[in-house]
Amino acid sequence: MKTHTFTCIKCPLSCQIELIEENNEILKIKSHTCNQGEQYVIDEFTNPVRILTTTVCVENGILPVVPVRSEEPIPKHLMKKCVKELSTTKLKAPIACGDPIYKNILNTGVTIIASRDMPKKSMT
Amino acid sequence: MEVDIVVIGGGPAGLAAALSAYEKGITDVVIIERDFELGGILPQCIHDGFGNFIFGEMLTGPEYAQRYIDGVEKTDIHVKLNTMVLDIDSEKRITAVNPEDGLIQMEAKAIILAMGCRERTRAQILIPGDRPSGIYTAGVAQRFINMEGLMPGKKVVILGSGDVGLIMARRFTLEGADVEGVYEILPHPGGLTRNVVQCLQDYNIPLHLSHTIINIKGKKRVEGVTVAKVDSQWKPIKGTERVIPCDTVILSVGLIPENELSQKAHVQIDSRTSGPVVDECMETSIPGIFACGNVVHVHDLVDDVSEAADTAGKGAADYVTGKREKRTIPITVTNGRNVAYVVPQTIGGKKVDDVTFYLRVKRIEKNVKVVGSSNGKEIYTKKERIVKPPEMVKIHLSSDELRNIKNELLIEVNP
Repeated sequence: MKTHTFTCIKCPLSCQIELIEENNEILKIKSHTCNQGEQYVIDEFTNPVRILTTTVCVENGILPVVPVRSEEPIPKHLMKKCVKELSTTKLKAPIACGDPIYKNILNTGVTIIASRDMPKKSMT
Repeated sequence: MEVDIVVIGGGPAGLAAALSAYEKGITDVVIIERDFELGGILPQCIHDGFGNFIFGEMLTGPEYAQRYIDGVEKTDIHVKLNTMVLDIDSEKRITAVNPEDGLIQMEAKAIILAMGCRERTRAQILIPGDRPSGIYTAGVAQRFINMEGLMPGKKVVILGSGDVGLIMARRFTLEGADVEGVYEILPHPGGLTRNVVQCLQDYNIPLHLSHTIINIKGKKRVEGVTVAKVDSQWKPIKGTERVIPCDTVILSVGLIPENELSQKAHVQIDSRTSGPVVDECMETSIPGIFACGNVVHVHDLVDDVSEAADTAGKGAADYVTGKREKRTIPITVTNGRNVAYVVPQTIGGKKVDDVTFYLRVKRIEKNVKVVGSSNGKEIYTKKERIVKPPEMVKIHLSSDELRNIKNELLIEVNP
């Protein structure tokens, strides 16, 4: 039996919720105040996901990098790998906010999209 | 040049204020922005979590800004970029400068101050030691990495656990740097719990509470810092010192409203917020000069900034059209038990719609009541399971409740 402690972020109360498991099977959840907290630790234990945000290099843009984000949340443990994967990508301006930048990153089925417009640098 | 409304600052506050004034029928609006684009700090805040309240979705900073920029572009609101305001006075005369027009002079019927805030620097918190390169405020590092594509360092120590510092701990880690730890002088984190969990815990970055940096070493570049535990008086405890080799120190030690211009116009400043004293329409002590966003007080959420800016824009529009009737003596809003400050600080209108008050508590307290009273009579009460200094408390008083106020409104947090 193993106990994991999570800080709930569903409300400012920030409950320290305990999850007791054996062989990945949840046995008990303690010290939560509401159902949302219970669901939060179940999600965090079974499949924690996050929106990934980072930047990607751009040629000829008004800035040298464009911010991007994952359209859907991706598994938490893949965050660093995704950033590394995107670090090899080079884009060309102009780019529009919402443009797909990288499809099906690391076989997650998730698309990385631009999160701002990146106009071309003017030649003057 | 004569203008109905001049908005100083094109960040989230300025954009929302300009739009709401425009929607109220004032079409002669100018936004003055010193940067090369609109959006303020948002373009560098590439993480998500913006807009949950206003748009019901989690946007990144640039996306949130874009919604308002698109809104402004659909109007005749005039935007002056790369333009620095040098001076304003209480007659609402504005002096600005830019490379295209040179010196610009404007006379406004109303001004909306939306200059935002500035980061506290090393000089303001007096860290002893050498003065090498490699010491940045969190916001500067954020701009370097997220907009300019530059990496400030490889081994990082972060002082202060404000939200930007926490966000940057994650950002540095994702970009391949080693973040040794975050050191916070207070016994509790400075930023939102969401950020402590998703920026530090997710990446196993240690948060050392009741700790500070007592020395920085380095000839040309930072070579290391000495950290120590502090007592309840913030005094370093002998014997707890630890030397950490690093090449970068990031400071996330607080934000200060940027009010040099407000002071030039002799706007009254509240020492508790370091921002202008405002009434329920966000009007300052100078008639026709309004203020909103982080220039008034530092917010945790941009959604709250947009909301308050909307009020300021409407207020300025009503001022220009002469629609607003004011009380001869405004009602003073005072902060009582466990309240560090309340905004707005006064109520000036004869007729008052519902008002949202923003307050920050002094210390963490559980199972409390936020109480509004006037001349000893309770007119409002709201239960809160917990209140914390990093998370602003919002209360809405209806016009009916506000009608019961005599000449003073006391807001306190009671057990």
